[in-house]
Amino acid sequence: MEKKENDSSSRRKFIRKFGLGLGSVAVAGSAAVAAGSSGSGSGETVMLLSADGRLVEVDRASIRIAKAETREKRKEAHRGMPSRKFVMVIDLAKCKNARKCVDACQEGHMLPRDHEWIKIQLLQDSGMTGKYWFPKPCYHCDSPLCVSVCPVGATYKRDDGIVLVDNKRCIGCKFCMTACPYSARVFNWKDPEVDLPKDHVYDPELNVPPVEGTVGKCVFCADRLRNNELPRCVKACPMGVIYFGDLNEDAVTNGAETLRFSSLMVDRFGYRYMEELGTMPSVYYLPPVNRMYPVEIGFEDLDESVSDRYKPRETKKTAKTKK
Amino acid sequence: MSRTNRETFLRDLTPEIEKTGRSWYVVFALLLLVFIAGICGLIHQVDKGHIVTGMRDNVVWGVYIVNFIFFMGLSYAGALVSGTLHLFKTSWRAPVIRLAELITVISLAIGPFFIFFCVGRLERIPYILAFPRIQSPIVWDVIAIMTDVFGAAIFLFVSFIEDFAILRDAENLQIAPWKKKMFRILSLGYTGTPKQKKILTFSRNVMAAMIIAIAIIVYSVLAWIFGVTLQPGWHSTIFGPYFVIAAVFSGVGLLIILMAIFRKIYHLEKYITLKHFVNLGIVLFVIAAFFGYFTFSDYLTKWYGSVKMDKILIDKLFTEFRTYFIFANYIGILTPIIIIAIPRLRTIRNITIAAVIALLALWVNRYIIIVPTLETPFLPIQDTRHDWLFYSPTWVEWSLTAAGVAVFGMLFMIISKLAPIVSISELEEADEKLVNEPVKTRES
Repeated sequence: MEKKENDSSSRRKFIRKFGLGLGSVAVAGSAAVAAGSSGSGSGETVMLLSADGRLVEVDRASIRIAKAETREKRKEAHRGMPSRKFVMVIDLAKCKNARKCVDACQEGHMLPRDHEWIKIQLLQDSGMTGKYWFPKPCYHCDSPLCVSVCPVGATYKRDDGIVLVDNKRCIGCKFCMTACPYSARVFNWKDPEVDLPKDHVYDPELNVPPVEGTVGKCVFCADRLRNNELPRCVKACPMGVIYFGDLNEDAVTNGAETLRFSSLMVDRFGYRYMEELGTMPSVYYLPPVNRMYPVEIGFEDLDESVSDRYKPRETKKTAKTKK
Repeated sequence: MSRTNRETFLRDLTPEIEKTGRSWYVVFALLLLVFIAGICGLIHQVDKGHIVTGMRDNVVWGVYIVNFIFFMGLSYAGALVSGTLHLFKTSWRAPVIRLAELITVISLAIGPFFIFFCVGRLERIPYILAFPRIQSPIVWDVIAIMTDVFGAAIFLFVSFIEDFAILRDAENLQIAPWKKKMFRILSLGYTGTPKQKKILTFSRNVMAAMIIAIAIIVYSVLAWIFGVTLQPGWHSTIFGPYFVIAAVFSGVGLLIILMAIFRKIYHLEKYITLKHFVNLGIVLFVIAAFFGYFTFSDYLTKWYGSVKMDKILIDKLFTEFRTYFIFANYIGILTPIIIIAIPRLRTIRNITIAAVIALLALWVNRYIIIVPTLETPFLPIQDTRHDWLFYSPTWVEWSLTAAGVAVFGMLFMIISKLAPIVSISELEEADEKLVNEPVKTRES
């Protein structure tokens, strides 16, 4: 066991020494397209920007190797980030259904328009209570049923709390989708037809491209976390609804303000959705009290296809006659 | 005595393997067409993706899974019925046990294909063997089904050996040389010496006992695929036994239907008699009562309280799915009970009708276990797309379903041409036992 760990860590060291850190490959890959179109034969070097912001000179031949490193990336994505425990807090009092988080997520993960890894639902707990907007990413549960039921280990839980899907492993049995009580997962029913950068390296942390016949879901933007950046939805939200942070540091931030997680939970009565199911989500909610906006504001500037979602559900019969 | 009987049996039962009528080819060609249509559907699905099915993000499992459970259920029922008939040395089993054994193996050969149709990336199926995770109920199921395939195949084979030997030794048989050769190889040199007989009886008993246990375990595991999730309607402790009972219900129904079909077409009126229909009808009656009791118990506990999700599900079942619910859980259960309970109604035709209704009702029962639950997730579906809200199977799914049924028929037709559909050795054995009243056995 110990020997194994040594092996893998020495391999990582070796790769780092090699000057082409794994994190840089994706960036390097996209850069190589531009360079490749103007450049000539092999043996020539190109300048690339690595993930940590350094300009590196790389032989063109070595860029092609990048493709073969998908394996390494997938392994790396299994390990997670050491001594981290990511947590998200969603302040329901601030959400006004601006849907910027959805757009940013779809753009960042090259999702088709009808694939939403973060959904915004309109909830009402009971007939007499108020309605509120409810952004719902994957909860990255600490007791994830989706991971338990996956027959091939395509979906897995990392040490840092993130649950990922490796769509090179996923067989598409959809058991995880029936097991997830939060409907957090989407299935690629058809080929998403994504235009990828030529030297794109598949990485479960970004999970691009979506592959036909496999399952996709929110990845907590694990690729950005590696670069010490906030997830796309957090950054995109104009209201600062979504806070993201590390439980070990006991801090969460929405980009504008950084709060102590433990006192936020106590002071603002944070809760986890459907705690009774025992899935132990890593996403906490702050109740929609003292709201900044009335809920109706969320219906403004919506596509009809989106606003129609929140109308009272039609029954099967009326839907059929309409058709 | 036994010798002359054997000649009678051979004369009655072997014509079907000696020559094949035109109607056989016509029916086979029709089934082949249905099968080819299914293949077209499959090619279309592989080409265009699962978007051509009616399944969407909420109802991720549809008719394919219903068919999978259904065919696997038939298989386990065949195993349970034939194993039980064999072990308890039921006196009337001889003409029908071979049918039950064949149901086991043939359904088992078809069922898993529906899982393959449902899986998004067909080419990655081997990953289940390459990277299995034992905590997944699907892996339990794969292990269980593979065990079952071997068990059922061995069980069927050992029950065939004596017949192969009889056919090999039959001098007057007008069959193709390759069939003769096949019988010679498959009979494994069995000549009926006391030692061989002892070994064969022993292995058949062991396999019968094992196949019963395997069938119960395997079908419970399949039920737990649903039971272990948190979904309303699936998260139920009763699912294991409920599924096993339901399987036997459908399997006995199918056995009765096949008895009626082969009796008529292969002129087996002398062997398969009203007595067999009534006896199996009584089995169907008992199972229907159990099945109804389990169904009632499951839905009563969900309906009586008013847990939010259970209530939404029950409301859906009692409104949108009302017709299905009434057919599956009232008509499907009560018809066999009424027909068998009233002695006057116990005719071959009525019992067959009851069996057909039971079989169809069970398929619908599976449908309303799978689909309504998936249409009622914990978080309400907020979507505008009709097919995202309500599942309805497309022609692709129906064509593959029909293809599954067609293959079932085709395999039965082929096997019935290779070996008699009624076990000659079983008939002989039954005959020897009832040597004092042979007339009654065969002509009642």
